[in-house]
Amino acid sequence: MKVAISSTGTEIDSEVDQRFGRCNYFLIFDDKTNNLEVFPNPSASTSNGSGIETAKNLTKKGIKAIICGNIGPNAFQVLDAEGIDIVNGFKGTVREAIKNFKEGNYSKASSPNVRTHSGIMR
Amino acid sequence: MILSIASGKGGTGKTTVSVNLALSLGQVQLIDCDVEEPNDNIFIKADIEGSQDVSVEIPQIDPERCLNCGACANFCNFNAIVDLPSGIKIFPSLCHSCGGCKLVCQNDAISWKDKKIGYIRRGKKDDILFYDGFLDVGESRPTPIIKSLKYQIGTDIDTILDCPPGTSCSFLETVNGSDFCILVTEQTPFGFNDLKIAVEALKKMDIPFGVVINRDGIGDDEIEIFCKKETIPILLKIPYNKDIAKLYSKGESFIDCFPEISRQLVYTFYSIKSMIT
Repeated sequence: MKVAISSTGTEIDSEVDQRFGRCNYFLIFDDKTNNLEVFPNPSASTSNGSGIETAKNLTKKGIKAIICGNIGPNAFQVLDAEGIDIVNGFKGTVREAIKNFKEGNYSKASSPNVRTHSGIMR
Repeated sequence: MILSIASGKGGTGKTTVSVNLALSLGQVQLIDCDVEEPNDNIFIKADIEGSQDVSVEIPQIDPERCLNCGACANFCNFNAIVDLPSGIKIFPSLCHSCGGCKLVCQNDAISWKDKKIGYIRRGKKDDILFYDGFLDVGESRPTPIIKSLKYQIGTDIDTILDCPPGTSCSFLETVNGSDFCILVTEQTPFGFNDLKIAVEALKKMDIPFGVVINRDGIGDDEIEIFCKKETIPILLKIPYNKDIAKLYSKGESFIDCFPEISRQLVYTFYSIKSMIT
């Protein structure tokens, strides 16, 4: 099963990016192969609806869950519609996020935790 | 004459100039186009006589006819339509009502429905005809409300348009079609920077303009040097005065306490009018 983590950098010790739609990278971890794929977010600087576009792109990556900091209502709706689990409010490194994920130490979000446009100008 | 009052930078005194000019003139149409934060009526205190909803058209998809081809989502530049494996999804608040999705739909699956995004109000204070508009909370597109407000512009009366701050769509929508634009500024680096951006925009739009310096006496003389170089008329300087600020903070105009500035505003107005006609 694959999980995507919003990340400020390309390394496993990068901090989890608190933005969703406008984060620079997603690190996609596959617990079957232990492989970590770097996915630069092509929608980070899109003018409108970056959360929606980012969520849509992630649906094509075959992921089952995402771990992020903040996530707004539009991106949440897209991921929810595609049955992707959302873990929000995570603070720490990607390594810590993966560790928690492997141990089942997380809870799925049932609603977005910020309003639209929260990631602009951060 | 349609006179718009704009600034670039927020908080320089658009509302101060607009409401005090309107009250000084007495017989005029005042339209508060800052639909995200209208506050002219705090000062005008008009009796509101009516209001009218403003709607935009957004697409709706007939699931019977939709082939899930994704052409509409592909066309949409604003991510208002996305095609997901689970089906097409519409985000109405991102839609700009361009109509492109309906044009590219191969199977005529898209129709329009109205969505309310705000409202406009009309009122009266003595001989001032007053209008303002309100964008609903959570809506991102102020321009349709500004358009609705501008439909109210009369031909037999002078009109003052109080612009939203900035130089983005809402500013452009408001000043478009104005006979003249007053740029209210202050002598600070921010005021100067944003003034230059607004000047660029107005030049491109071919709208004649002049500058009113508010809170004159603070800051430096960069703006005056710039205006001289660019041959932009400085129409009026309103002095920095705590009593003006105090009146503003109470929601009161300054025309009774500062009759001289009130007269200068009227003079400025008629100078502009004689200049453009």
